[in-house]
Formats: sequence, C-alpha cells, structure tokens
Amino acid sequence: VFIAADMAMFGLLFFSFALDRLKQPALFEASRKTLNATFGGVNTLILVTSSWFLALGVEEARRGNLPQLLRHMAIAIACGMAFGCSKAIEYTEKLRAGISIFSNQFYMYYYALTGIHLLHVAAGTVVLGVLWRRAQTATAPASQQKVIEAGACYWHMVDLLWIVLFPLLYLMG
Amino acid sequence: VKVAPAIKTASTVWLLLIGITCLSTWGLAGGSAGVRVASTAILLLAAFKVRLVLMYFMELRTAPLPWRALFEGWILALTAALLICYWRTP
Repeated sequence: VFIAADMAMFGLLFFSFALDRLKQPALFEASRKTLNATFGGVNTLILVTSSWFLALGVEEARRGNLPQLLRHMAIAIACGMAFGCSKAIEYTEKLRAGISIFSNQFYMYYYALTGIHLLHVAAGTVVLGVLWRRAQTATAPASQQKVIEAGACYWHMVDLLWIVLFPLLYLMG
Repeated sequence: VKVAPAIKTASTVWLLLIGITCLSTWGLAGGSAGVRVASTAILLLAAFKVRLVLMYFMELRTAPLPWRALFEGWILALTAALLICYWRTP
C-alpha cells in the first residue's frame, strides 16, 4: 500500500513536470542540455544492478542459504551507496557551475525530483542495512523472509522511479 | 553448473535492463533518429523497463489480479500522460 501511494505521488510529480515543460519548452530544453546524461545512465546501471543482486538474494533466502543472502544484500547496499556518491559528485558539479534550485523552473524540478528520489535511496540503503544486520543475527532465518521481501520490494520501487525520472529529465529532447 | 530457473530469469531481466539503458542513454539520445521519434522510443523503452522490474523483480506476475491491475494501470496512465504532454509541446 505504501509503495502504491509513493508511486502515485511520483506519478503526479512527473506529470506536473511534463505540464510545465509544455509552457516553456525552450527554457526546459536549453536547461536539459546542461545535464550530464552519462551520470544519469551510470546511475541507472547502478540501481538496476542493485535490484538484480537483491532479487537474487531473496531467492537465496527462500532456499535458506543465509550466507549467500547476506553477500547479495551487501552488494545491493554498496550499489545504493555508490548511487549516493555519484549524485553528490553531480550536484557539486552543478552547484560549482552556479546552477541551483532557484536558477529556473527546470532546475527546480531537477533538484526537487532527484532530491526526493535520493532521500528514498538513502532511506532504502538504511533499511537494507538494518535488515542485513538482523538477518546476520537471526536464529530462525525463515522469520526474516517476509520482512526482507518487503524491503526488497521498496528497493525495486526506488529503482523503477529512477527508470522513469532519468529519461524524463535527462534524455527527452 | 546447474542454475535455478528463478535466478536465470532474474539475470535475463537484468541483462535486458542494462542493454536498454545503454541503448537509450548512449545510442538513441543524440543519435541520428529525429528528436521526437527518439524521445518517444526512449519513453516507451523506459515503460517497458518499469514493467520488467514490476513483473520480475517485484514479482507482480504472481500477485493477485487487483494489485497487478493497479500497477499496470500506473504505467499505462503515466506513459500516456507524458507522451500526450510531450507531443503537444510546440
């Protein structure tokens, strides 16, 4: 239910971006061209890889293979951190170029959408970290199964939102 | 080495996601195709990627029908709305 509500919210934000783009296409297009698509593309690769490892981890958990679950989860968490680092570099580059959230409406969306998404990534990384610790000390791994599946679902949603956000902001001209 | 079907499926999906991402980012965007056609293709490919994540990573394909309908509806409505806005932009 939480995932559905979150996706509905992002859906509205994406739609609102598209509506405002309709009003000022030239400004949005000129601003879009200043974004570095390579950052966005690499970030997409990082997140889908993270999701893949987590999906494999869930599969290992189902078979009761705890060490494999922990290993896969750790890689997924590391990918989440890598995403954060990459975003930090990207933001620094933009701010150094004098582009902030107040520069124009496009950058307002850019910082707001990627910022809210980044908070989701950060929250997801923390949640996965907590689940990882709990799985490590669990006496009955089977009891962890449902919680890990729920955490994984949330993480996949974060991935899925970026899959829409990235082309919308960075690629579509 | 014998690989479990679930792992095989997840890995195939991952390869598809990686392939499409590279194609969209470094192929279609700024490629030789018209901007509008390329952007439309990029958005449709993104919708397809979202569906892959929903169906195979979030395992929606085995979920109860109402849930599945809700999320599939989300992709459809969002893609349609974004495409309409995009094409109506002068």
